[in-house]
Amino acid sequence: MTPTSERNVTGTSFTRGLGIVTVLGIGLLIVLGLFVSPADVNQGESVRIMYAHVPGAWLAYLAFIVTGVSSAAYLWNRTRSLTWDRIAGASAEVGVLFMGISLVTGSLWGRITWGTYWTWDARLTTTAFLFVTYVGYLAVRGLGGSHHQRARRSAVLALLAVLEIPLVHFSVRLWNTLHQEASVAGRGTDVTMDGLMLFSLFLGVIVFTLMYVWLVLHRQRALALQDMVEDFGLDAALAARRAEEVV
Amino acid sequence: MDDLGFILGSYIVTFGSIALYVASVVKRSRRAGRVVSREQRPWT
Repeated sequence: MTPTSERNVTGTSFTRGLGIVTVLGIGLLIVLGLFVSPADVNQGESVRIMYAHVPGAWLAYLAFIVTGVSSAAYLWNRTRSLTWDRIAGASAEVGVLFMGISLVTGSLWGRITWGTYWTWDARLTTTAFLFVTYVGYLAVRGLGGSHHQRARRSAVLALLAVLEIPLVHFSVRLWNTLHQEASVAGRGTDVTMDGLMLFSLFLGVIVFTLMYVWLVLHRQRALALQDMVEDFGLDAALAARRAEEVV
Repeated sequence: MDDLGFILGSYIVTFGSIALYVASVVKRSRRAGRVVSREQRPWT
């Protein structure tokens, strides 16, 4: 098969299997979240938004932490490799997607429970700030220069940006906010959530995590391909210049 | 159900945006894959 006719450029048997499991998990999550899990005593049917909102926020945290760790791995001389930089970039891109999802679903949930789509609450404001920071990170990655120049400057930015995550997470404790504290992993060990609701929430977190791994694997491979294409272009330009000099 | 629009909207936004992102990743990798042969890809 020639490269021009390929459909599955970045896939392997592992990612194909992972993709199938993820799609099945998404189907189960939608059925459980929309139809099977019970309504909440206080929030009614609106609690169904939780199964998309909370995993989205969790995945954004995870993605940005992976970006920070990969960036540190790139900056460390012993593990310096552009693969780390590409993982950082792919993870940040996926993190921005999930953070955006979390902001929008949270806004829709807020409209039902608080009566407004948006308020300058500490959690909402810090989350929006984190989102904008990583959009900026992606913009910095798109600036010109060699692959290593891109990797160095974006790694430094990622190590600064990751410091915002504790601020976002603990904002509900540091300030008086409308946003509730964590329902499951909050202070104390008592979880008062219904069993099926808790199962649906955990399923959401697992499915979103699998989806994250699938997306990052494909995206970082796509970034590697894009880097190779740029290198080929550069090599061709250098060869043309050398040919002109010889003539 | 009064809030049905908001609930369905949140699921449509979530899985719709993920589907769009997946489509864009596949499109970008196929474009780059036309130039890079299978032998040059470390994961194959």
